[in-house]
Amino acid sequence: MKLITLPASLDERYFEPIARALLAPADERVLFDGTHVRWVDPYGLIGLLAVGQALRARGPELPALKLPENSEVASYMARMGFFTHAEPIFELHGGQRRARSEGASDVLLEITAVNSHADVHAVVDHVNERGLRILTTQLAYPQREAFQFSVILSEMCQNIIEHAETGGWVASQRYQWKKRLNRKVVIIAVMDLGVGFRHSLAPTHATRYPDAWTDAAALEAAFMHGHTRFHDPGRGQGIQQIRKLVARWGGRISIRSGSARIADVPAWDDGPRLEQNLPYLPGAQIGIVLPARVASEERVAAAPGS
Amino acid sequence: MTHGPAHVVRFSFDLSSLVPRSVATLYSNLVTRPTGEALRVGIESQLAELGTSCLSVLDFSQVMVLDYSCADEAVAKLIRRFQPQDRPSEAYFLARGVAEQHREPLEEVLIRHGLVLAADVEGIGYTLLGAPSLLEQLSWAALQRAGTATAGEVALALQKTEADVASALQNLAYRRAVIPGDAGGSYHALSALLP
Repeated sequence: MKLITLPASLDERYFEPIARALLAPADERVLFDGTHVRWVDPYGLIGLLAVGQALRARGPELPALKLPENSEVASYMARMGFFTHAEPIFELHGGQRRARSEGASDVLLEITAVNSHADVHAVVDHVNERGLRILTTQLAYPQREAFQFSVILSEMCQNIIEHAETGGWVASQRYQWKKRLNRKVVIIAVMDLGVGFRHSLAPTHATRYPDAWTDAAALEAAFMHGHTRFHDPGRGQGIQQIRKLVARWGGRISIRSGSARIADVPAWDDGPRLEQNLPYLPGAQIGIVLPARVASEERVAAAPGS
Repeated sequence: MTHGPAHVVRFSFDLSSLVPRSVATLYSNLVTRPTGEALRVGIESQLAELGTSCLSVLDFSQVMVLDYSCADEAVAKLIRRFQPQDRPSEAYFLARGVAEQHREPLEEVLIRHGLVLAADVEGIGYTLLGAPSLLEQLSWAALQRAGTATAGEVALALQKTEADVASALQNLAYRRAVIPGDAGGSYHALSALLP
């Protein structure tokens, strides 16, 4: 059995050690030890589901997951609906699996399966009911911009349905980032285990990259240049508009697909713009961080690529 | 066929209220391509039933969220459908109740398709959204101020040649943003046809 010790912070920064579970031989069972997890966000939660699902698809044995000892973390995972989605994927061990009553929640969207356009409508309706209040009162977003948050979610979820050819998950939560940004942020994660960008774009774009059609090339084609597999000029704008909105709000967006990750990196972050040779994970994994608006802040005026 | 205001039927679509008629589930948020497609098909169907020249008002006043995919299907492809010579009918399109959160997706999809759309934008008033040329924009604005005018009158107001302005107004009529008059080379601003 291959042991993967989950990091204390289960988020995008520390996702790759989890993805390394996929390097295990197909017939070797994997145990994720989450005993010492102290902090987790939507990217970490859905990322764990995605890696677990990818392992699950390789053989009859479920990967095992030892749950965190920290009761706050376990309660949060329950509140986000993690266990409902994890039970068919993992053999779960230890830990409490019930959410404690904690009054008003900063969850904008619990982990939600996205399998159809009706799910996209449900996500938008749900966020409009609860998320808009958090965005306007706690992150100081004007009402009109809070509506655009719903647009981001809608377009991201539609990418799963139109390109992944399988289902996926979405979740969002507000946090107080004291160390990294000294600001409140909203984190969104949207992931699927579908065909990924390289396979989705290959029929229409691979010939432009003879001998170099890689996950990184496909991500650059879609992320930087708005290429899509459709010939319709109205297509391919989802990611570009999301990037524009995220940049306007001083946020960060990354897309991991296959063995590469590409990102728009704001000044407050020191992450790389492009990573390659990562452990292969099918589909697409998108992470977005949107910081709270600050009155004195100068908004990013230029859209990406402009 | 004549297209003057006397022959134009005013027909108003409340986009929000059309959604539940077009798709089974009632959504006040205009998101996803299937929703936009259903909306467009519903509008096209009603325009076909009218079977005459009409001004169709696309009312966004009750729409909270409009995403790019839905805007592309419902608005951009609708206008495109009524541009070619084989268009189903003589329909012209005017948007109203356009708030800031609607404007950006509308502008983006119109620009991507090279379209224009006359719109009553909250806090701004009548505006030509999309991708007009500078002369088209100026000509549209001058006609908007006049309500009805000939190319020569607009050219005089803009200090441009009549031939250039006539071409710009013809393009705007082709793009369903102004209505050519019965005779005498006049054009009508769409908002002039509203009560």
